[in-house]
Parts: sequence; structure tokens; C-alpha cells
Amino acid sequence: MRRLRMRSSIDNCLTYGLVIVAYVVIRLLLAGGNISYALQGQLVPITVYIVMAVSLNLTVGVLGELSLGHAGFMSIGAFSGAITATLLELLADTTSTTWIRLGFSMPWLRLSLAMLIGGIFAGIFGFLVGVPVLRLHGDYLAIVTLAFGEIIKNVMSILYVGYDANGIRVSMDSANALKLDEGGTIIVNGPMGVIGITKLSSFTAGFILILITLIIVLNLINSRAGRAIKAVRDDKIATESVGISVWRYRMMAFVISATLAGAAGALYALNYSSVVARKFDFNTSILVLVFVVLGGMGNIRGSIIAATVLTVLPEVLRAFNEYRMLTYAVILIVVMLVRNNATLQHVFRQVGARLSKSLPIRRKGGEV
Amino acid sequence: MNESISKTKMVPLPSHAIIPERDASQRPILEVYRLGINFGGLVAVEDFNIAVGRTEICGLIGPNGAGKTTIFNLLTKVYQPTSGAILLDGKDTSNMNTAQINRAGIARTFQNIRLFPSLSVEDNVKIGLHNEIGYSMATGILRLPAFYKAERRAKERVMELLDLFDMTHLASHRAGSLPYGAQRRLEFVRALATNPKLLLLDEPAAGMNPSETEELMSNIEKIRDQFQIAIMLIEHDMRLVMGICEGIAVLNYGQIIAKGTPKEIQTNPLVIEAYLGKKKGDQVC
Repeated sequence: MRRLRMRSSIDNCLTYGLVIVAYVVIRLLLAGGNISYALQGQLVPITVYIVMAVSLNLTVGVLGELSLGHAGFMSIGAFSGAITATLLELLADTTSTTWIRLGFSMPWLRLSLAMLIGGIFAGIFGFLVGVPVLRLHGDYLAIVTLAFGEIIKNVMSILYVGYDANGIRVSMDSANALKLDEGGTIIVNGPMGVIGITKLSSFTAGFILILITLIIVLNLINSRAGRAIKAVRDDKIATESVGISVWRYRMMAFVISATLAGAAGALYALNYSSVVARKFDFNTSILVLVFVVLGGMGNIRGSIIAATVLTVLPEVLRAFNEYRMLTYAVILIVVMLVRNNATLQHVFRQVGARLSKSLPIRRKGGEV
Repeated sequence: MNESISKTKMVPLPSHAIIPERDASQRPILEVYRLGINFGGLVAVEDFNIAVGRTEICGLIGPNGAGKTTIFNLLTKVYQPTSGAILLDGKDTSNMNTAQINRAGIARTFQNIRLFPSLSVEDNVKIGLHNEIGYSMATGILRLPAFYKAERRAKERVMELLDLFDMTHLASHRAGSLPYGAQRRLEFVRALATNPKLLLLDEPAAGMNPSETEELMSNIEKIRDQFQIAIMLIEHDMRLVMGICEGIAVLNYGQIIAKGTPKEIQTNPLVIEAYLGKKKGDQVC
């Protein structure tokens, strides 16, 4: 029992260690100029996808419900985050109050607030979507989350937001319907998405968001609430029978998952000069789901590795030119096959056992 | 309360129930009046009345399909009764859901074991302690001192409970990997962890050999004496039922056909008919 506790904390330390070491190594490589320009552009998206994968793993792996609308929450976070950042910048430019001007001209403060607001908005929408969705289970839940993902995308595509001296104006009609004054700014322009974003995201910000995500998710999993969420996954009737509200913990997992996706979405949006709703479609949801499935359900470290490798892979495969996506697909299939092959898994386990024998800490006692 | 509870005379109560003499002066822990449920047109349970004393071990028996498990599902609100009232410790439970029923004091085990198979034995019991542990989600995420304190206390409690069934050495094992008998015992421990006033056991001896059943019987009595709770059990093993139950209700076609002490039940012609059938031309009653 001490052993199990220890293993889970060793596991967590390994996960944190992996992220920190990777960050330091990449920083060093960046300083030495050893990373290609194309790959440098991928650094922030990688951190975004890691957060997306870890947060989706909370729903899919830990809660055990298949969600196909995760990109929808990313979209909400991206839009609300980008709008927040732009508004704060406009506020800093126009205000006469010194501390606001000084405060909001600091990019990191605008970025943190944008991610916070993005997360909160996505969390609120997670709750609203969760109310009808969490009445369902299994395949039905998956289909309805897919539909909500599409609804969010389509609503975002007709959203117009502007800002002028009279405050914020919102319309679902057209940019003209905003009736902005002279000198007003259009922030969200319908199908063109959020325009005129000042790029605020950085690799370090992404790294910090990953750490925050890991702290939230890993500590949640290994606490009272996390146990209840895992209990719901294993057996709903038994969970109710020991006095735990199934609805409450399903909602908790769903909302936290959406909140983290929203923060990741804000980070993603602020990495570009404009962001469109089309980006957060079904394909993005599936992409993140592939990270989770490939990394292993409920396996947080696996999600991180899968998200990194599968985001970098298409860039690396550019050398293959027109065979790029073919190679990508073949690699995906091979990994799936290997992961589900009993013989190969046995070989892996043997190697793992051999390795762990050399580690003094796990020497005692057999496997369960 | 009395240190060792000996089997006492059964006394009839106005609620047409029988409970042990030692509990007779107190309000019964469970009172059920005219409970009924029908699924579509099928009447599964009808006019079910029972009272269970505070430290009583009572049995619910009957042929297959008589509605015994349905009664448990009604008591724990897995099914919503279509008629009747259930009073737990004098409180009406009609507005409660399954989780609230458990918090109010009814814990149960299942006929086909329902553990959390992918979690460790320790975590299974900790989930039973969920409402007792009671720190908030934020405390858990931020790892405040209250988290460590509550988890340490929970761990001690888990070990105490597991020790009752000599299962402490299994604490780190996956629940799903346990042998059948140990899974049944774990489900028992998990139900006890919720600190119930009334424990419902659905076929606790199913799939056990005679010596395991013997051990289970002494365990059930031990738990009742130690925790001073009422236990209601469904069982087909008559040696167990007749051996430890103080009051027995016999169910057939969703209705109680007999109530009484084991001795009374064994000689009741209606019970014999329900189990063995009627002899041709033989008139019962």
C-alpha cells in the first residue's frame, strides 16, 4: 500500500520532471539556435495541444465519457480570451487612469487575464452544455457533444463584436449592425473571426499553463473528488449507493475539462494575429481525442507525449512531401496495433520488469 | 447498549411487524407501509409492510422472482415506489434519491457484486468514506493541510475496517483482481464505511462454500454487535437465514406470505407451499 502510494507520487514526479526537463532543453536549444524556424512556430501550439489533451483525458480517461466537442470549449476560450486581451489593450490606450494604463500595457498581465477569462467562459459554457449532455451516457453523450461543438462553431462564425467610446457592442447580424462611432474598433468580424490580435503568447506562458493544468488534474485525480470521479467511471449505481451524487462529479469533471480547454484556447488565439471559428471544428476535437487515445486513457504523461509527438510529426514529415499525411496515418495505425498487441505488450512488460529491478525503490514485492 | 446481543423473544408490533424484544422499546429503524411498485402492468411488489428493529438481523426470503431484490431497490430508491411510504429512523424518505438515502443511513451490497474494479481495495473503501472525509475540491487541488490530515485519518479508518475482515494485506491490490469471496467481503466493508444504520445484504453467501458461509455468519453477527446496526438480508442459504436471522419475512409474487421467527417460518404451511408447491388435492389454510 505504501508501494502504491509511492508509485503514484513517483509517477507524478516523472510527469512534472518530463515537462520541466523538456522545457529547459528546448530553451537551451533555442538559445543555441538549433531549432528550425518552422518548429519554433510549433512550440506554442504544442503546449496548447498538451493542455487540450490532458484536459480531455479528464473527461475521456478519468470520467470515462467520450466527448467529441472539446474544440468547442477551446473555441469559446479563444474568442473570449482574444476579445479580453484586445479590450484590455484598447482600455490601456484610451484610459486616463495611470495604474490601469501601466498595468494593462504589460503583456503578461493581459495574457494571464485573457487565459483566466477564456477559462471561466469555457467553464460556464461547459456547465450549460453539461446540463443536457450529462443526462446521457456513452454513445449518445458522444453524439450530443459533437453537435454542441458544431453549434458553438457556427454561432461563433456569425458573431460580431465592436468597441467604441460607448462601450462594447455585440451583434449576430453584420458588422454594420454594430453601429460603431467614428474611431470604433471591430474586434470580432463574423466569419473572419477575431481580427487585429496583438500576439501575446509565448512558449514560457504555455509551459506555465501546462504546469498549472498538471497541478489541477493530477491533484484532483489523487484526491477525494478524483476518487469519486473514477468511481462514477467504474460503476454509477454503486457510486450512488455509497452516497455520492453521480451528477455532481460528472459535472465537476466536465466543467474543469472545459475550463482548461478554454485557457488553452485563449493561449492559442493570442499566438496569431487573427483567429477564425472554423479552426475549432470537429477535426480538431478528433485530433485531441487521438492524442488521448494514443497516449492511453487516464494516462496523463501519455497524453503529453502523444500530443507533442503528433504535433511535431507532420512538420518533421515535410521531408516526405506528398507522402506526408500517408506516413502520418501509417504511423498512427502502427502505434495503435502495437499498443493492442498482447505479445508485444508482454515483451514491453518484461523489459519494464527488468528495468524496474535495477531501480532500488521498486524492488520489494510482486506485481498485483 | 447491551454488550453482547443475545437472541431474544420476538414481540408483535402494531405495524404488523415483529422485532426483537430488546428493540421493542425504541422506534424501529425502518418502517415500511403498503409499499408497492408496478412496471407497466406488472405488479412486482404489492402491499409490503415491515418494521426492522435497531439492532435486528432480519431475513427476506422467497422463491426466485418473488421481488426480494426489487424491495431492496425500492428501499434505496433505485426504483421509485408507485405507492406506500418508507420511514427511516422515523423520517420520510419519499423525496430522497439513492445518494441521499445512503447519507440518511441505508447502505447496501449487490447480488452481482458492484465494486470499482479498476481502483485499489483501499480506494474502494475510501470512496465509501467519501462523505465522512468531506474536504472540498479546492482543498484537494491546492493540497492544503486539511487534505493531508483528512487523508491520513481516512487511511487509518480504512485499515480498521479492512482489519475486521482480515483484508489489510490486500489494501493495495486492484479490487477487480481479488478472488470472489474477497470481493464480496470488500463490498461489505465499503457499505460499512458509509456508516449506515441499516445494512442491506443481497445474497451475501452466494457462491460461498459451507465453511466460508460459516465465517460470514459469524462476521454478520460480529458487525451487528460491534456497530449496533440493523441488518436485513436476502439469502437462499437456509442454514444462514435460520441460523442468524431473528425475524424473517417470506415473499412470494411480490407479497408477504408469512412473517415470524425462524421456527415459525419453518413450519408455516404457506411457506412450504411457496417453496415446494401444493400437493394435489391438498387444501392449505
